[in-house]
Amino acid sequence: MSTTATATAAPETQPTRIRERSDVHRQIRLVVTFAIATALCIFFALAVDDPNVRYILGERVTKEFQPKDLNGSWVAWLAVAVSAVALVLAAVNRFPRGAAGVVLGVLVGLMFYLGFLMWVYADQGEGFTAAITNPIPGTIRIATPLVLGALAGVLCERAGVINIAIEGQFLAGAFFAAIAASLAFQPYTGLLGGILAGVGIAALLGVFALRYQVNQVVLGVVLVALASGLTSFLLGQIPGDPDVKQYFNEPPTLPQLRIPGLADIPVVGAALFDQTVLVYLMYLSVALVTFLLYQTRWGLRVRSVGEHPKAADTVGIKVNRTRWQAVLLGGVFAGLGGAYYTVGSTGAFDRDVSAGTGFIALAAVIMGRWHPLGATAAAVFFGFMLNLQTQISFVDKLPSELLGAVPYLATIIAVAGFVGRVRPPAADGEPYVKS
Amino acid sequence: MSDVSVQEPAKSPPPERKGEAREEGNRWAAYLPTIKTTVAAVVLALLIGALLIIFSTPRVIESLKYFFSYPWDFFKFAGIAVWDGYTALVKGSVGSWNSIERTLERAAPLICAGLGVSLAFRSGLFNIGAQGQMLAGAIAAGYVGFHFDFPPGLHLLLAAVAAIAAGAVWGGIAGWLKAATGAHEVISTIMLNYVARFLMIYLLGKELFQRPNSNDRLSPPPAESATFPQVFGVHTGVLLAFLAALGVWWLLERSTTGFEMRAVGANPSAAATAGMHVQRTYFLAMALAGALAGLAAVMQILGQQDSLTENVAGTVGFDAITVALLGRATTLGPVLGGLLFGALSSGGLAMQAAAGVPPELAQVLQALIVLFVAAPALVRGVLRVKAEGDGGTVLAKGWGG
Repeated sequence: MSTTATATAAPETQPTRIRERSDVHRQIRLVVTFAIATALCIFFALAVDDPNVRYILGERVTKEFQPKDLNGSWVAWLAVAVSAVALVLAAVNRFPRGAAGVVLGVLVGLMFYLGFLMWVYADQGEGFTAAITNPIPGTIRIATPLVLGALAGVLCERAGVINIAIEGQFLAGAFFAAIAASLAFQPYTGLLGGILAGVGIAALLGVFALRYQVNQVVLGVVLVALASGLTSFLLGQIPGDPDVKQYFNEPPTLPQLRIPGLADIPVVGAALFDQTVLVYLMYLSVALVTFLLYQTRWGLRVRSVGEHPKAADTVGIKVNRTRWQAVLLGGVFAGLGGAYYTVGSTGAFDRDVSAGTGFIALAAVIMGRWHPLGATAAAVFFGFMLNLQTQISFVDKLPSELLGAVPYLATIIAVAGFVGRVRPPAADGEPYVKS
Repeated sequence: MSDVSVQEPAKSPPPERKGEAREEGNRWAAYLPTIKTTVAAVVLALLIGALLIIFSTPRVIESLKYFFSYPWDFFKFAGIAVWDGYTALVKGSVGSWNSIERTLERAAPLICAGLGVSLAFRSGLFNIGAQGQMLAGAIAAGYVGFHFDFPPGLHLLLAAVAAIAAGAVWGGIAGWLKAATGAHEVISTIMLNYVARFLMIYLLGKELFQRPNSNDRLSPPPAESATFPQVFGVHTGVLLAFLAALGVWWLLERSTTGFEMRAVGANPSAAATAGMHVQRTYFLAMALAGALAGLAAVMQILGQQDSLTENVAGTVGFDAITVALLGRATTLGPVLGGLLFGALSSGGLAMQAAAGVPPELAQVLQALIVLFVAAPALVRGVLRVKAEGDGGTVLAKGWGG
């Protein structure tokens, strides 16, 4: 019989030769990725004829930040070398795991980015003045609302309430931030207005999800439609008369605050610490949410009602009260994120001003595996890609319309290639009814 | 797994023997509460809408200034404003043959795309990508529609098939990514929406798609031979939307594939244990959802003869999600939901034209109706009705895993 044959043969086969399928898949995935990266880097390096590239480390060319010259092909070949090393490591299945693997992966990504930039910016010929600028300031600016929205999503969903309404919270936050700031002629009251509006939508989410046990996916989609409709409706109610309008929808914007000392760090200092107060609040929020969720008793309770509400209830945790707290606290962050779109950037509210970024924040929550730091990393990655797209659209080497799709394609590749299957909190989306 | 809720149908009658007629009556009785709460939800939404109309009418606001000396004016003007608004809404949606035509034409793409979202829901997938799938379909339909020259019937058929295939490919990408790598469909469909949008913008900038003598990003309209013939002023593509609903019903309720889809949607682990191909079902469901969204694009391009622009899909792709949810992911649901939304959208225009009510109000009404329909507990609480059973459907409730 074949079963007895395999049974006797089993001890003879060497156990080391049997590899888990997931391990094989990981190797294949890494080899394919790095092979593509290396091939593209070689292409970039070979395609550079005139290696003279100008770069600046500040945000724009000023007297103190004069563009400097750089040998582009040298950088491009360095990118080839780094990705080739990673390819070899992956091919012999020695690519490190854990933190070292992440660091090496990010390094390869950065070198690929540099090689790509060299390819885009080299060969620009005489009289061309564009220079590579520091990507960090733009990235931080774009990522701020995404991070705040993603934090709101993480808080809600770790407590077991699905929040698709981040976009709705953004819109309400943006609108009421503009109103509050215009009424008071004071941008900081705008932040307060944004927070109140974000909490307001969160309260609606709470009432319908927790009190009336509405299907939370339905609820989220509806709240987005409601917020979009209501803000457009209310915007239409603001009279066009400039004398009246200035009290409603002409908010002053947040000034940039320079943190002395920290802002003088070369390269990253001015980028990270010469921003509006909203950006600093974002840094604080990431630390706060991570601390709350993982270091406090309250955070443990939040996570437990999101994973197993019945067990939590059994040990005396008030499930719905904890969920309410998490949802409302999430509303604070989402409302702040919404305020970015009016007082934090351009000022006046416009119809659907957040343009679907709430859904990108939602994607960041899932991509970051429902962890505040993961979601932040995903949001920053997305901000980086959006910033890259605006940077290289100045150079007409690639059609700008197709470049617009780059951040979204990059996200798909990142999710399909590296994040893969994710596991949501076990009780996410399930209303808890005490029996 | 626990990401799907099965709402139990009404409690079955006590186990005594009953006549056939009685059984039939009970089946209808089981649906009665659903119908009651839905109607109540619509009424509630209209009441809140009335408040919005009242406080957006300048004359009513003016009369508030002397409310305490002469309150009658306020109530009179408020009544007139609400009456004008809602009669315009009814007239603009079903009041005349003209408005019925418009309602049907607006409902057709919503029904198709809503069916697609609904089909994915039943398979446990949350398809936010109807918008992108519609754009992909529109690109294909438009290209075949204006670029080639075929005899009338064949041209229409080819253009429609191209659109459906393009939508299926776009949806299938998300399904394949989920099956092959586990990439979450919510992320990939959101991202593919943007990619489709930029692809559309890019193509419209090309000579191939550019309308001659135009500086806008606008394609030529589809050729006459590739459009649906008009019957009584309605393009015959609308029929196709209802046929599609019938097809989806057959697929989900009567075919083996549909059974697998529902099983995977209800419990993927159990379905896998029973020997069903979960990954293949995910791919198939997303591809079919995309095909239906492509059909929605057919309605827009070959039915209403829209030219390609970057906004050709409007908000249909997102409204489709609400339509599907309003229909509780049944098959008849999206049809009724699509008709209701079509009526609201065509009536909303009339409301703006006739009564000066802002067009956003229709959007607010749509959202409120869905909100109240989704919250039967709230409606019952307001109406002080006791809880009874709801019609049972299976609806994806969580993120899946």
